[in-house]
Amino acid sequence: MTNSVSEIADADCILVIGSNTTSSHPLVAARVFVAKQKGAKLIVADPRRIPLASEADLYVRQNLGTDVALLNGIMNVIIENGWADDAFVSERTENFEAFKETVSQYPPEKASEITGVAAEDIIRIAEYYSKAEAATILYCMGITQHTTGVDNVKSLANLAMLTGQIGRPSTGVNPLRGQNNVQGACDMGALPNVYPGYQAVTMLDNQQKFESAWGARLSDQMGLTLPDMLSGLLDGSVRALYVMGENPVQSDPDTRHVQKALEAAELLVVQDIFLTPTAELAHVVLPGASYAEKDGTFTNTERRVLRVRKSIDPVGDSRPDWEIIQEISNRFGYAMSFDSPEAIMEEIRTVTPSYGGITYERLEGEGIQWPCPDVDHPGTPYLHKETFARGKGLFHAIEYQPPAEIVDEEFPFWLTTGRLYAHYHTATMTRNSPTLDTEVKEGFLEISPQDAEMLGVGPGEVVKVGSRRGEISAKTMVTDRVAKGLVFMPFHFLESNPNVLTNPAHDPIAKIPEFKVCAVKLEKAA
Amino acid sequence: MDYKTVLTTCPYCGCGCNFYLEVLDGKILAPIPCKTSPTNEGKLCIKGWNAHEFIQSPNRLTGPLVRKNGELVAVSWDEALDYTVSRLKEIKDSHGGDSIAFFSSAKVTNEENYLLQKFARAGIGTNSVDHCARL
Repeated sequence: MTNSVSEIADADCILVIGSNTTSSHPLVAARVFVAKQKGAKLIVADPRRIPLASEADLYVRQNLGTDVALLNGIMNVIIENGWADDAFVSERTENFEAFKETVSQYPPEKASEITGVAAEDIIRIAEYYSKAEAATILYCMGITQHTTGVDNVKSLANLAMLTGQIGRPSTGVNPLRGQNNVQGACDMGALPNVYPGYQAVTMLDNQQKFESAWGARLSDQMGLTLPDMLSGLLDGSVRALYVMGENPVQSDPDTRHVQKALEAAELLVVQDIFLTPTAELAHVVLPGASYAEKDGTFTNTERRVLRVRKSIDPVGDSRPDWEIIQEISNRFGYAMSFDSPEAIMEEIRTVTPSYGGITYERLEGEGIQWPCPDVDHPGTPYLHKETFARGKGLFHAIEYQPPAEIVDEEFPFWLTTGRLYAHYHTATMTRNSPTLDTEVKEGFLEISPQDAEMLGVGPGEVVKVGSRRGEISAKTMVTDRVAKGLVFMPFHFLESNPNVLTNPAHDPIAKIPEFKVCAVKLEKAA
Repeated sequence: MDYKTVLTTCPYCGCGCNFYLEVLDGKILAPIPCKTSPTNEGKLCIKGWNAHEFIQSPNRLTGPLVRKNGELVAVSWDEALDYTVSRLKEIKDSHGGDSIAFFSSAKVTNEENYLLQKFARAGIGTNSVDHCARL
């Protein structure tokens, strides 16, 4: 997030787009409700009528994968009506003219035609957002899990820059990060292109810095992203895969492809706390320890580094993951001698500028938001105050592109996927929690009353759902949360896992798969 | 009776809510939300309130397993670690460091992510380390 969670409560306008906030980030949603009580305008844009839509001043239901068209339409209205923050645009940004030229091609009527959102609603969003004293954007995987994921995010950045709704409290472009430590995993360089602190592996200065810090020769070649690792296993360029705390068999698109790739591995090592469907395919399974059995830190969605503290000893013969990695490294011949997670953090802060001032001692209390370059720095509640990271904010001229797969005669329904309030990702933890497991026991397919009637299926009856990748069965949930022609499935349940169906087509830059859009056919089960 | 409360951070979504885990004689009883936490201010969601249940699930993995004759069988840590390391060495020697890839995790700590990417880069010699940020 560019801004902090607590700041949301003081926003005058909140645009929630592609985030089912009450299900996936309930304590962020709590701040949205506080703002709403104080009079903030709440705009929700989502193809599903999510629970937050019922609280919204304006809810719009855009067609799947049409976010760029919607946002360009909103920005067209802002420019045409003179609602842009001209001072911000001229002082703090560049490439405005090229951007303006592209946006001029998206008058609200045209945006309406693509998105299915009424032109007058597009105008109202533009007015609410641009005229607010402090407007904030909250988004999640509904924006990013598209072949145009990067374009979608850049379009949100365009909107915030155009109206000067960034670099101040209660504004900004705020991705709600789904996993407790997805921010931290990125910060720590668990990415193929960057060392810790987003330092590119292809830059010689960085390579030399880390070679000297780590006492090893390092590669200047960018590594593989997760989808490319899977393809590599199939073509033989990758022979071994070491998986720590991930369950790609259930979480990745096109399950059959993932299984084939993992089965092709000469060595598959899985380190986890449960025997996941991925671990079942492994040659070696190493039992890690849960968050309650070790010390460490997580970094939350607002860049706040928070302490994790050991409550009990690791269960059975399991071990903290850091001890396992260190032991493997030592036996492999690359020596590590950390005696605690705190000792690891001490090394992290010497090589990661944004974590320079983060010590366990300073993390007592509320934690610290990076960037925090030195021990006297208080941390950073919101980014881009005086200047952007690159200096001037860069407008991108972005054209709408349809999703990779669109409905046709054979596969006439749009499928989108997502999460439920009581479950979490592949549900490894939540289905092993009796209270949460009881809340929702099995997967289902949300379908509109019109489509259910057309197919002759009632609530709770079983349908077969097929795509170009595979076929599954699921019970129906007949609901107007989805519009005619759209169906939704949660991906928490292995027995009715929509990732058998989803399209592995991904964004060319971010390599994020298009989980949110694929084409399926439906048939009442015999 | 040995009773304590330990302040920690929720393992579910990216909100980063803080709670105390109540521990009695080495068993975790339940989370108590932390009122001074800047994110949750004394509140928790349904997942947070139940963030203790899976920890002591009977389904937890409690020891290393290695596949033998097609079956995963329980082995000692030494055997599991030696097997893993010897196979990693063989594969690196015959196909190079870039033939080995790592999925790190958004569920483990910063320190553990740091260590795994350090091992991948400095130990194995590959930048092929990624995690589920896209999922």
